[in-house]
Order: sequence, then structure tokens, then C-alpha cells
Amino acid sequence: MIGLSSLAGELLAVEVPYWGQSLLRVLGGTVAVLLPAGTIVYVFLFKMMSFMQSRLGPMEAGPYGSLQLVAEVGKWLQKEDIIPERADSRIFKMAPIVVLVSTFLLVAVVPFGPDAWFTNFEAGLFYALAVSSLSVLGILMAGWASANKYSLLGGLRAAGQLIAYELPMVLAVIGVIIQAETMNLQQIVVAQNAGSIFGFDGLGNPYIITQFVGFLVFMIAIQAELTQAPFDMPIAESELVSGYMTEYSGFRFLIFFIGEFATAGVFSLIASVLFLGGWGVPFAWFGWTDIDSVANWMNIAGPVIMITKMMLVAFIIMWVRFSYPRFREDQLQKFAWKVLIPVSLANIAVTSIFKVVM
Amino acid sequence: MMSVAAVFSADLLVAQNIGFAVVALLMIVAALRVVTTKNVVHAALWLVTVLAGAAAQYVLLAAEFVAVTQVLVYIGAVMVLFLFGTMLTRARIGAERDLNNPYWRLGIPVAGLLFAAMAIALVSSFGDEQLPSDARVVPIADISDQIFGPYLLPFWALSFVLLAAIIGAIVLARKD
Repeated sequence: MIGLSSLAGELLAVEVPYWGQSLLRVLGGTVAVLLPAGTIVYVFLFKMMSFMQSRLGPMEAGPYGSLQLVAEVGKWLQKEDIIPERADSRIFKMAPIVVLVSTFLLVAVVPFGPDAWFTNFEAGLFYALAVSSLSVLGILMAGWASANKYSLLGGLRAAGQLIAYELPMVLAVIGVIIQAETMNLQQIVVAQNAGSIFGFDGLGNPYIITQFVGFLVFMIAIQAELTQAPFDMPIAESELVSGYMTEYSGFRFLIFFIGEFATAGVFSLIASVLFLGGWGVPFAWFGWTDIDSVANWMNIAGPVIMITKMMLVAFIIMWVRFSYPRFREDQLQKFAWKVLIPVSLANIAVTSIFKVVM
Repeated sequence: MMSVAAVFSADLLVAQNIGFAVVALLMIVAALRVVTTKNVVHAALWLVTVLAGAAAQYVLLAAEFVAVTQVLVYIGAVMVLFLFGTMLTRARIGAERDLNNPYWRLGIPVAGLLFAAMAIALVSSFGDEQLPSDARVVPIADISDQIFGPYLLPFWALSFVLLAAIIGAIVLARKD
């Protein structure tokens, strides 16, 4: 296995030096973060939500409003950069960047093809879970540094929620780790596509079938981690104005906005790697047995498959977001601690029994 | 005695050592800021920098699992709870005056003693041993084999301590 950059070298028939490889990785990571974010915002937030509410959504900028996003970014960049007078300006400025950095760090372990990956981290999944918890820091910083009661309340709510739902998220994933016997995301993909269900290998063994409970818990937990409705207590606009984002305007708000949807995209990517078979197709279709026998064209087809699955998962997230009313704070905490955590613990117990017995 | 030039020549000036020096310097500065800054939240955020630096050092030592654990436990959980607690209770924006404990000077000998004990322990147990220059990442399976093999008993003991701590916290926090 050689990795994304040497893949590029192979395609262009040149030897890429180390700095070139690093540059390619950074560029690839940026695309892998920003492309899903833009697509999710346009397809789901602008168009799907409008259709669900019997309206057309943006139609003016470009055909079917497809350039609306460019117009929006232009608008935000022009706005005045306002920092409240009594705010802690240094931390106020740092907070959105911390949130965005955690998203960029997250995408580094997602594999897009047999050789199309940024890093092949052995503890990849563990790393993803650890890095995703960094965004809480940024949210707390934003809430505190704004010197605004609404912001502080929003930040504290966000922190309480993210801490509570990180636990079921981690526990839901353990079932997958037990079944795949690895934490490396690449090997989890291979385990699913090389697997078989009772000897039938036409489908591979996507873990959404055997780990359906885990998938359900994981999806609910990421819905809460992304603070999408019905878990949008932290930015509850009817009571907290806009939570920890209240004082942010212009491009600083833009960073938060991009961060929100980019994280949704990256979490969808991770969910499709863990439960839907990732970039792979069932290996039995083409007679592949392991990662080394996978044909080279999968490096082109893989990213397309990944984006398709990502859109599917993101569609579910957004569908739920537009359909359900907001949880109350105490319901939200009770649901995490009294329902999701016991269910995911039971899932781990059942999975490990099956693993030992079968 | 070796001259400074000799120290900074040859095989000491490899990428890992430079990385170590940069991160260590950042950690020292951040650690000093933790105790000198006039704001509780700033102190906590400087502490985050120190802990992140420790994670970076683990990565330089090819101990990725420990590094990730450091991020997950200390930055993602402990520091977030820390900030959560201070913001919920008393964190003001701007400088505060009565942050220092009046007995802070007592900390200096304690810190010196700790440093001496750790230095002696490290030097006496490792001495001149060197890390292999091509240090490989230890597979996670090996780590778990160690924990659930020879170190099973301490692992269990630790989980009992943690369980007791959790139950104790609940008992203390419950009002009825």
C-alpha cells in the first residue's frame, strides 16, 4: 500500500518529493472537508428543506440557485468583523478556528480507496473519536469569550450535551471494532467487503446488518454531536438567540457555519466507513480476496462511492433535523444516560458473546 | 567536556530532536503561563497547550495509542469538564487579583523533589540506553495483550478504585 500521494505520482508518472506529498495531502484534505460541506448545504439545507416546506428555495443565483452558496460566502466576507467591547478578543478569535481544525484533523483518517488515503493510522477510529471531542473546547471558548449570558448558556449546554453523547458514540463503535478485530478504518472497510453472511458473499458483510443497534445509536449520537435538531438545545434560537454563536458575525460566523456542515459531512463519511462498507464494493464481485488484489480503478471509483454513501447518511441526518421538534434539556440528558448508554452496553455484550461463540 | 558545537552536530540534529525541542519549548512557556496568567480560563487553556504538547511528544516517540489516549482523556474529557466547571461557577473576563494561593512558595520544593525523584528513577533504570532509531509503532493488539495478560490484576484494581470514586461522587452529590 502506497498512499494517496504516491498514487498521484503513479497517475502523473512522476516521483513526488516529500513536501509535494504533504502539499497534496493538505489539498486533498481540504477538498474532502469543503466539498461535502458545500454539497450538504446546497442540496439539503437550501433545496430539500424548501421542498419539504412547499417552497422553491433559492432560485436566482445560477441555474436553480446553484450559485447561491458563492453569493452567501461573498456576503459574509463583506460584513464587518465585530468583536464585543468587553469580550476576551484573543480567545474570541481563536474559538471558531479550534472548531474548524478539529474537523480537518478528523478527515485525515478517512480512507477513500485502496491507495487513496491521507494517513493509514493503526488506531484510526480511536483517533477520530478523540479528535472529534476537541470541538467542544472551541465551543466553550466561544461561549465564554463573548461576554454574553446567552452565549455562555449556549456554550455550557453544548458542552453538557457533547459530553453526554460522546459516550454512546464511543460505545456504539466498539461493536464494530470487536467484529472487525481492528481499529484501522482501512481494515474495517476490507473486513466488511471481504466478509460473507452465512457463506453468501454477494453483499459482503456491511456492519449495518449485524450491528444495526450500534448503527442506530451511532446515528443518534452524531445527530447530537452535530447539535442538529432535535438536539439543537445549545443554539435554541427562541430562547438563546443563537447560543454560543450569538456574538459572531461576518467571516467568523462563516467559519462556524462551515464547521457545522463540514463536521456533518465527515461524520457521515465515518458512518459509511464503519457501517456501510466504505469505499469498497463486495470483493466477491470481482474475485478479489484482500486489499492487495483490489484493482487500481477502485482509487477513482472509491471516492465516488464514498461521496454517494456520505450523501445518503447526510440525507438521513438532515431529514431527521427537519422533521422533529427540539428536545428539552432534561429529556436530552435522560435519553443519553438512561437509554442510549445501556442499549450500547448491551450491544457490546451481545456482540462479544457472538464473537466468542461463532 | 563536550563543546556546544559538538553537541549540536552530527546525529543529534535529526528531525525528531528538533521537533522535540520545539514542542518542549512551547510546553515550558505554556506551563509557566498556566501559573502566571491572571485569568482562570486562560490558565486552563494554557494547560490544554501543555497537554497537547505531551501528546505531540508521544507521537514523536512512535507511541500513537498513548498519544491518542492523552488527547481523548486529558483534552477531550478532563479539560472540558474543568472549563465547564469554572465557567459555570466563577470565570470572569479580564484579570483577577486573588488567584494565587498564599502558600504557593511551598510548591517550589515539592516540584523540585518530584523532578529529582523522577530524574533519578529514569536515569537509574535506563541510563545510557537509546531508543532504536527506526522505532516502530507498537500494535494495539500487543498493548491489549499486556493489559489483559500480565497486568490484569493492577487493571482490575484500578477499575475498582474508579468504581469506588464514581459511587463516592454520586453519594456526595445526591441531596436525598
